[in-house]
Amino acid sequence: MMCRTDQSVPEPGEEQDVDATDAVFTALLEDSAEELYEQAPCGYLSTLMDGTIAKINATLLEWLGLERSQVVGRMRFTDLLTVGGKLYHETHFAPLLQMKGEVSGIALDIKTADKQRMPVLVTSKVKTSEEGEPMLIRTTVFDARDRRAYEMELLRGRQAAEEARRQSEADRARLQEALAVLQQSLLPAELPVVPGLEAGSYYHTASPDLLGGDFYDLFPLGGGQWAFFLGDVCGKGPQAAAVTSLARYTLRAAALHDPDPVSVLTTLNTVLHERYASGEGRYCTAIFGVLQPADGRVRLHLASGGHPSALIQRADGSADYLPTPGGLLVGVLPQAPFTAARTDLLPGDTLLLYTDGLTEARTGPERELYGDDALRAFTAAQPPAGPQSLITALSGLLASFGDGLDDDTALLALGVPSLPSIASEDLTT
Amino acid sequence: MLLLAHGFGCDQNMWRLVVPTLAESYRLVLFDYVGSGRANPSAWDERRYSSLDGYARDVLEVVEELDLREVTFVGHSVSAMVGVLAAAKAPERISRLVMVAPSPRYIDDEGYRGGFSAEDIDELLESLESNYLGWSAAMAPVIMGNADRPELGQELTASFCATDPDMARVFARTTFLSDSREDLKTVVVPTLILECRQDVIAPREVGAYVRDTIPGSQLVTLEATGHCPQLSAPQATAAAIVDFVGAAS
Repeated sequence: MMCRTDQSVPEPGEEQDVDATDAVFTALLEDSAEELYEQAPCGYLSTLMDGTIAKINATLLEWLGLERSQVVGRMRFTDLLTVGGKLYHETHFAPLLQMKGEVSGIALDIKTADKQRMPVLVTSKVKTSEEGEPMLIRTTVFDARDRRAYEMELLRGRQAAEEARRQSEADRARLQEALAVLQQSLLPAELPVVPGLEAGSYYHTASPDLLGGDFYDLFPLGGGQWAFFLGDVCGKGPQAAAVTSLARYTLRAAALHDPDPVSVLTTLNTVLHERYASGEGRYCTAIFGVLQPADGRVRLHLASGGHPSALIQRADGSADYLPTPGGLLVGVLPQAPFTAARTDLLPGDTLLLYTDGLTEARTGPERELYGDDALRAFTAAQPPAGPQSLITALSGLLASFGDGLDDDTALLALGVPSLPSIASEDLTT
Repeated sequence: MLLLAHGFGCDQNMWRLVVPTLAESYRLVLFDYVGSGRANPSAWDERRYSSLDGYARDVLEVVEELDLREVTFVGHSVSAMVGVLAAAKAPERISRLVMVAPSPRYIDDEGYRGGFSAEDIDELLESLESNYLGWSAAMAPVIMGNADRPELGQELTASFCATDPDMARVFARTTFLSDSREDLKTVVVPTLILECRQDVIAPREVGAYVRDTIPGSQLVTLEATGHCPQLSAPQATAAAIVDFVGAAS
């Protein structure tokens, strides 16, 4: 049986009870707009255009710990703010409010009567007359204590992250600098000037973060003789760099003792094998050679341990490999055979040594190996204009490989300068 | 010929209410310092802009690039001091100074009241931080993206007063930790000081200090409150500038 009393709250949607609903809600809700303003869960204030406070609600007065009579007509909005807030108000808030007529969600701190700071979020809007003249500024102030605490956490988190990022960038920069210095120590800072010889070199680093394992050098032996080498240690990184360093200084020392190319490589083989055979088994490939200038030409005597053959660009424009077949990798076996070869470099001839980064670069859509034949053809296509010019052409070639070149590559070119053309000089004088 | 230089906080739009009046009588040049408004952010250099000299170099670069002479430099707030430095470096170009709400030093010192303590300035930097919390993501595209599209007026409104937080922090430090009292003594050009009747950043005694330190300078107190009379009392501000330049030339 249905039973209805006058006190019951009507179900929404029952039309005949609309009046009763209004009455009940009115009883539950605010007595007046004034009450709503004064006791609102946020602070309200209205100021004249110069900031003088004209009206303020009880909620905000309670937060401030001030009496209405102390505030209205006596204080400006900025008087409620901390000094930092005042500065921010003058430099940002007021100009923005002036320009846009409203500003919202600005984080400020208000000062309370007992010297506490209370974080608030402030929104202001300019009320204008019908003629558009600004009359007063209405401002709401929200309690932002919890939110600000949360934001401070975020801010601290962000600052910590920024600091960590700066630190890691600095560390990275230091590491790269150290790597660069170390890398430089594995290569001559610049090639020495050799009488009657021209020299050029180039080093392509595949990754600035990794030490490469390619090395080369050119140095005097005394008695007009010069020695050179170029090699490639297996692997990359600090371990490879340590082998590179050992190889470089062993070759230099061995050459001073006995410059015969096979002897020098044999010494290196013994040293590397002794040092690494019991452990991770490090080894390298290398060409070592001796140059002896004589009678307008340079006698070349070199030996290879598992290294790609040297290429000679002749003054007549041809280019041919100087084969050194059968030489073994250096450092793998306790005894290793190395293959020697001899030739003469005549004026205009250039000897090219390179590491396999060049010939094993990937080219074309099929990502094919660049290869020995292509290198010989490329070299033969260059005018025989000496080491520097050949190195320039080859570094351009390396650049053209783009990401097809993924290994470190060292180039060393040594050549005998062309004779000045006496005939043409005669013609011009 | 007037060069209008904004202070810390916003950008050249600070002048927009006085521009119509001033433009009736003078050629005007407005600019944003690097690190503010629509200046190219890639020109930022933290070291350069960590001293007022860096900002003065901006001014010199502007007057040299445009080959301006007989310039009246109108500087608001910290820019008034930037103007002093620029005038000392280029006396052949800057022939008059108008200082709007200047202060040569914000922090109190022995025998000098600037109105602030060092802690107060830390508080301001904190205020900057809390209000830049939501900055990076929302504002960065507006500010960074439009340096070469000045026609976008609406976005200009949105970016007004919003600067890269790192740059704003540096400018704030440079501004509020500076001490230009000695530099004031180098001023030899006719100088007008405009102060507001009530200004929390540059109080009246600072205005008097500036007048007393620059020989022959003229101090005008505007019936205005706040630190930006060019916004709160634009007519009076423009009129004072016109009077001064007219009388001096």
